[in-house]
Amino acid sequence: MTEYKNRSMIQRRLIPSYIFLTIVSFISVFPLYWMITAATNKSVDVARGKIVFGGYLMENWARLNQLQDLGGAMRNSFVYALVQTILALFICSLAGFGFELYHDKKKDFLFGVLLMAMMVPGVATMIPLFKMMSKLGFLNTVWGFMLPGISTPFLIMMFRQNSRNFPIDIMEAARIDGLSEVQIFFRMYLPVMKATYAAAAVITFMNAWNAYLWPRVIMTDKKAQTMPMLIANLAAGYTIDYGVLMLGVLFCSIPTMIIFFVLQKQFTEGITGAVK
Amino acid sequence: MKHKSVTAKQERWGWLFLMPATILICIMSFYPIIQALFTSFKTGSSANMKWAQPIVYNYTRMFSDKLFMRSVGNTFLYLIIQVPIMLIFAILLAQLLNNRDLKFRGLFRTCVFLPCATALVSYSLIFKSLFATQGLINSILQGLHITSSNINFLGTAWTAKMVIILALIWRWTGYNMVFYLAGLQGIEYSVYEAAKIDGANGWKTFWNITVPLLRPTIIMTFIMSINGTLQLFDESVNLTAGGPANSTITMSHYIYNNSFGQGVANFGYASAMSFFVFILVAILAAINLKVGDTRD
Repeated sequence: MTEYKNRSMIQRRLIPSYIFLTIVSFISVFPLYWMITAATNKSVDVARGKIVFGGYLMENWARLNQLQDLGGAMRNSFVYALVQTILALFICSLAGFGFELYHDKKKDFLFGVLLMAMMVPGVATMIPLFKMMSKLGFLNTVWGFMLPGISTPFLIMMFRQNSRNFPIDIMEAARIDGLSEVQIFFRMYLPVMKATYAAAAVITFMNAWNAYLWPRVIMTDKKAQTMPMLIANLAAGYTIDYGVLMLGVLFCSIPTMIIFFVLQKQFTEGITGAVK
Repeated sequence: MKHKSVTAKQERWGWLFLMPATILICIMSFYPIIQALFTSFKTGSSANMKWAQPIVYNYTRMFSDKLFMRSVGNTFLYLIIQVPIMLIFAILLAQLLNNRDLKFRGLFRTCVFLPCATALVSYSLIFKSLFATQGLINSILQGLHITSSNINFLGTAWTAKMVIILALIWRWTGYNMVFYLAGLQGIEYSVYEAAKIDGANGWKTFWNITVPLLRPTIIMTFIMSINGTLQLFDESVNLTAGGPANSTITMSHYIYNNSFGQGVANFGYASAMSFFVFILVAILAAINLKVGDTRD
């Protein structure tokens, strides 16, 4: 009896918390809800403040496809982000594996040097990288898009930190069994580190999909543009069709939203990954 | 210590494994930043650049360029107002969500975290539309009879800045909260129960237990946020287009305009300004190392 009373008293004291959290949750979710409803409404209705679903989705869809090559941009974004994710995971996990499981003083020093790349801002390297990419003929290609992003100190550090738990004794046993170092990486390290790969994949894909400054610099041809560039173009005109714009924003958000809801745990780990 | 049996052959493989990543970082980060330093001492269009006369011309120009100074001022304004508000909110939310008696914790956490799933361009455009002269916020304000006519939020300098700050808080609070939640999970829950028995109220527990124990996390998120704010670009370009009349432009946006904007390819001058940003970020990183060292 007293325990029950206690519990209801605790819940009563939490009422302010519930109210506060409900308001914050509402503010967090509402703009995204509004974006989805706006995609189904006529621009004038959106401007008038309509916040329920309407029946103008097909018209917005037709207009969006007439204004921009939506399919092309979706395909570009998918290809760029996917290629960048796969290569980044391979290169950075290989480095994390090397740095942690073969570590010595020299490698630790090199790791410290590489970490300094973390403080190089993208805006400072974009001009030299643009010149480099145009000299190599990589403008408007997936190469130009992903080369600056496939080896990052953040990912290397993430793999290195998470390799701490890798059972080193098994490596010795595997060597005695005749496995080469490369085989150890592919047959033992890769499966054991599955969780880290998943988290790293989610965060890399999201970052690549959402990138804006760098694609805008090197994707000079409209055919090569990404989704964030496409929706930015939609909003750049003098008069904005809000229904069409929000439908574009919705398409740009669908892949990341799906990842967020399905792989929220991996996403959280990806964000906090290297700081344990 | 544990790797005493690593033979020379294995040693070689170790180096081989980390080579691709190392070479890429050298080519994609270290080499370009050195290039940027050289370019910052040159003038002329991209095809035929010459050493500047005098050599520091771009740097002296930078400090007398009113527009660049304004972009520095804007960036720091966003930083000073937005970062503390956002971080306090994030800690507060994490503290509330760490309470085991709270129901629907998962749901609340997902909601607060949700803005992180949107691209920076996406949420900038959503806020641009919401705060348009003929937008939802104006409709609501008039519906509630708070205002009588449409406010041109994005066409007035100080309200445009406020919208950018609001948008940033909306997008990044949940992101930072995740770090604090992870940090709080490292704190023994019994500490809180002991405090409760001692009669400490929520506010006291917050200031006397949560904040001190989260200090390393707070420092880290603080540095991350400053770093991110110094490089603000997507919001300035897409939410306000730097306007009205460049009153909301950020450093990265101004540098972009000078290098890849319409018809200008002022690579030398842009490089000088971008090197200024690099130095700010580097100073920050140095402070980070200093503070990080003494945290134990």
